Amino acid sequence: MKYLAMVYYQEGKMRELSQQEWDVLNRECMACVEGLQQAGHFLAGEALQSTDTATTLRVRDGQVATTDGPFAETREQLAGFYMLEARDMEEAVELASRIPPARYGSVELRPVRELRTENNDQIAGAKFG
Amino acid sequence: MQQQIENIYREQSRRVLATLIRLLGNFELAEEALQEAFSAALQQWPKEGIPANPRAWLVSTGRFKAIDQIRRRARFDASQQQLVQQLELAAGEPEVPPGFDIDDDQLRLIFTCCHPAIGEPARLAMTLREVCGLTTEEVARAFLAKPQTIAQRIVRAKTKIREAAIPYEIPERSQLPERLETVLGVLYLMFNEGYSASRGDMVVRGDLIGEAVRLARLLLQLLPPPQPEVQGLLALMLLHAARSAARTDAGGELVRLEDQDRQLWDRVRIAEGLQLVEQALGQPGFGSYALQAAIAAVHAQAASVEDTDWPQIVGLYDVLLRREPSPVIELNRAVAVAMRDGPAAGVAIIDSLLQQGCLTEYHLAHAALADLYRRLDEREAAVAAYRRALALAQQQPEQRFLAAQLAALEAQAGGPVADPDFAGATDRKPIGKPAE
Repeated sequence: MKYLAMVYYQEGKMRELSQQEWDVLNRECMACVEGLQQAGHFLAGEALQSTDTATTLRVRDGQVATTDGPFAETREQLAGFYMLEARDMEEAVELASRIPPARYGSVELRPVRELRTENNDQIAGAKFG
Repeated sequence: MQQQIENIYREQSRRVLATLIRLLGNFELAEEALQEAFSAALQQWPKEGIPANPRAWLVSTGRFKAIDQIRRRARFDASQQQLVQQLELAAGEPEVPPGFDIDDDQLRLIFTCCHPAIGEPARLAMTLREVCGLTTEEVARAFLAKPQTIAQRIVRAKTKIREAAIPYEIPERSQLPERLETVLGVLYLMFNEGYSASRGDMVVRGDLIGEAVRLARLLLQLLPPPQPEVQGLLALMLLHAARSAARTDAGGELVRLEDQDRQLWDRVRIAEGLQLVEQALGQPGFGSYALQAAIAAVHAQAASVEDTDWPQIVGLYDVLLRREPSPVIELNRAVAVAMRDGPAAGVAIIDSLLQQGCLTEYHLAHAALADLYRRLDEREAAVAAYRRALALAQQQPEQRFLAAQLAALEAQAGGPVADPDFAGATDRKPIGKPAE
């Protein structure tokens, strides 16, 4: 099963880290990826630049509208993601618990929904048609 | 070669994991080490051949992989340094600490998971995942819970084991009795899951049955003099497992007890089961496992459904109910009463159970009722009950079986039903699953 681990933290708080603390954290993240890779759990993943660099786009009535942001209005911002291969949710939780920024912010973990041409799983709780 | 390695994975991975958990004292690290050991095996074995003792090779490789992993992490965390040293020291020690009657890491892991400090639902969920190898999603389906709920529960239980430093060991002889009941419960659940998978397209999972029987045998050796409930549980497993080959047809469809080809029943297992039942019932202190085994023994000795000693089965259910009142046992008793006294007597009991609000969501209650109505020629009531059963059934072969029964009944133009038949609830599984 594939699980997406989305890493969130407060950008403002992370800016308070010293250069050295920040470097240690980043090296830890690299070691974490290395470990996940060796055990065959790491499918993909990247760290993201801050939300200041983001662009949001929407298509409405065939028109593309872009805006800057989101700015750091929400409490925690998306900082990066890991696509993990895990036996089950329990193993995914265990793997995600080793993602270093989990100590500062939070990691949201979700099973991947496989897209099919038909009979797709409904999103639980959502109503269609 | 790939296939051979996969077979070794299927047969050995849980036992390698149990040993790694003991050596590393940590579930997470052990899972990871297991995975790395197998990926090393996939690279090395095709070139170098499969080692003489693959399990020992995997354990040893897993341990070294774990030491590497901890070293990597120790670069960032000084507290890990101590663990590295401990493990390196331990690497020189013999595999098994002396003083244990039985070297079985899986049994040890079951006793650890069954520690009284861990809550009952977490205990079962953790054992099913760690010892039986079910995924969290499968465990969740078995308990009708959400995977994230089960995952959280297991994570908390593991944290508890780590923080309370609960040792991975078979407890002292004096502590055994208090934990024995839970351990028997776990083995029973493991067997149940194997005997009748809670959901999915397979009825029987032979690997789980085999493992549950093996562990029950070990437990019997571990506890001299033989305890009647351990004998009873082993007998129960053997007597039910003896029918495995007859329970499904060539197409994987369910075959009811009365339709089973009794020539296919495994006489060796039955003989051993009968002997154990006799020993268990001959001692004071036998309980529900021995009584359930005794019921299975009556079935095993009958040449056909008609030949079955139904009055004795009803009597055994009466004793069982006094010891362990349970609606599922009452349901099974009702089926036996129907065989002894006729279908109307069975309907009356099941109706009253349903009216009390017990078993309204239990598909086998409706399936049993449907069958009794059919024998009474009450076609409409039978159809309604089959529909209800079908709506509640989770396992595909069971759904197909119920759908076929329903279709056959609907195809009849209300004519009399010639076949004497009964629901087969007694052969579904020993006695339902513990609900949460």
